[in-house]
Amino acid sequence: VPAVSRKASPNKQERQRVQIYLPIADIPVNIFLLLAMGAAVGFVSGMFGIGGGFLMTPLLIFVGITPGVAVASVASHIAASSFSGALAYWRRRAIDPALASVLLTGGIIGTTLGVTTFTLLRSLGQLDLMIALSYVVLLSGVGGAMFWEGLRAILRAYRGEAATIRRPGSHGWIHGLPLKMRFKRSKIYISIIPVVAIGILIGFLGAVMGIGGGFILVPLLIYLVRVPTSTVIGTSMVLTLVTMMFATVLHAATNHLVDAVLALILMVGGVIGAQFGARAGQMIRGEQLRLLLGLLVLAVGIRFAVQLVIRPEDLFTIRETGVSE
Amino acid sequence: MSASRLAIGFVLALIATGIVSPTRAERLIVSVSNHRVTVTPNYAGEELVLFGSVEKDGQTHAAQAGYDLVVTVSGPRTDMVTRRKERRFGIWINTDSRQFIAAPGYLALFANRPFEAIASPELQRRQQLGLSNVQLTERASPDDADVMPDDAFRRAFVRLQSQRGFYREDTTAVTFLTSTLFRTGIPLPAAVPIGTYDVEIKLFAKGVYVTKTDTAFEIVKVGFEQFVAGTARQNGLVYGLVTTAMALMTGWLASIVFRRD
Repeated sequence: VPAVSRKASPNKQERQRVQIYLPIADIPVNIFLLLAMGAAVGFVSGMFGIGGGFLMTPLLIFVGITPGVAVASVASHIAASSFSGALAYWRRRAIDPALASVLLTGGIIGTTLGVTTFTLLRSLGQLDLMIALSYVVLLSGVGGAMFWEGLRAILRAYRGEAATIRRPGSHGWIHGLPLKMRFKRSKIYISIIPVVAIGILIGFLGAVMGIGGGFILVPLLIYLVRVPTSTVIGTSMVLTLVTMMFATVLHAATNHLVDAVLALILMVGGVIGAQFGARAGQMIRGEQLRLLLGLLVLAVGIRFAVQLVIRPEDLFTIRETGVSE
Repeated sequence: MSASRLAIGFVLALIATGIVSPTRAERLIVSVSNHRVTVTPNYAGEELVLFGSVEKDGQTHAAQAGYDLVVTVSGPRTDMVTRRKERRFGIWINTDSRQFIAAPGYLALFANRPFEAIASPELQRRQQLGLSNVQLTERASPDDADVMPDDAFRRAFVRLQSQRGFYREDTTAVTFLTSTLFRTGIPLPAAVPIGTYDVEIKLFAKGVYVTKTDTAFEIVKVGFEQFVAGTARQNGLVYGLVTTAMALMTGWLASIVFRRD
């Protein structure tokens, strides 16, 4: 009796060698494509000092990985990149441990809420829509604001005007809030209510959208809580690290959507890309960097908007819902 | 007296419906080339071969037989949901959905000639010949019901599964090597679901059902990939913790390797 007939052409064998089967995403993908994506996003994240989740998750969705698996797997990818970042900031004593722990209290609550929402939306069949809508709203808004800021700064410099030093407003209402606490390393004395609220918001968005949230968190901490620039990035990285670790564990335990193989490939590509990105970032001026980042964020938001508005190629989709007895 | 007449009537009815055919005494003997297909991380799909022969008793002559064969391969069953997008508030969102209960994850129907030539429409429906005649149970809330072949959700479901290579119908796939010896290929795409696959081989002659036989094969995932997929489903928490530890290790290694301060 003849064995299995293998009709593989040389071309197919060639493809087999670079294809890797992702166990949870359940699709074969080109390993070099994933490494390149990891490196490209790593480059951008190193350049701008951000996690890059808002780029990685959409890229994975665009190559055919389901939004659920993309969001859950990117969480562990961000955990890796923010850990190496946080370690560097820790050595430079640029992390405020007290502020980080208050943020984390909110972050843990937000992540739990986020994963619960994620599970609920998935069972209702509206997860993909909500991920896309969140991206449109958040990225268009934040990207638009960043782009506008960067553009104005560049125009001012071009006209030779002195940059108007925008003093953060007094934010009387924030200082009127109770439960004040002194954060020594950041040299601020503020109510913990807005800090916990920011933690909840970032934790929630991170779990639902597969983003670290650094690009929202840093401006919020600077303008609302008035955390000095010396500690803001390191402290925000601690929040990103812990919420993303927590999100990975929760997504794995409840939705079983974390693809460790996918995450590992992205991590390897990401850490390499980030090194080159960081060097490139030092060669570009601050306002130009902000303009570029704003454009990038805006572009991803628009891409999602277009996808929602145009008629899909296929109106039907199928998904397994489990084995019935 | 009346009892024996009833019994005769019953047998006649069976003959008429083609369930029992006393004039023929064919037997099917089949085998698949591999009863256990292993899926490795670089598995890119393969093709199994099903061989078989029609064994006859002395009276039946091969020349007059004119056999037809229909091979049905069905993979592990699972619940699936089909959703339809509609335009609401200017954007396309999932609105309506239908759940298919215990639908096969893989379904292939092979024959030696078109189903219309093999059997009458009535027999095609009864023997579930062809993707449009296979029974797929749909849960249109709240009751279960087998749906009509022209249902939009059912058609979309079969079409999408066919696009992924999981559902297929080929009425030229079965070839007779001699008048009684036959073979067919069973293509298995890369993302094929794991589990037990049932193969049902039905023999028809001159538009009448003659006999059938069954065999099965198994698709298993092996190696690291299977270990990952299994752990993720059975020990989600442990899997999550290990993945997190892996992320921390990678991040720590990166900070050591690329340390600049």
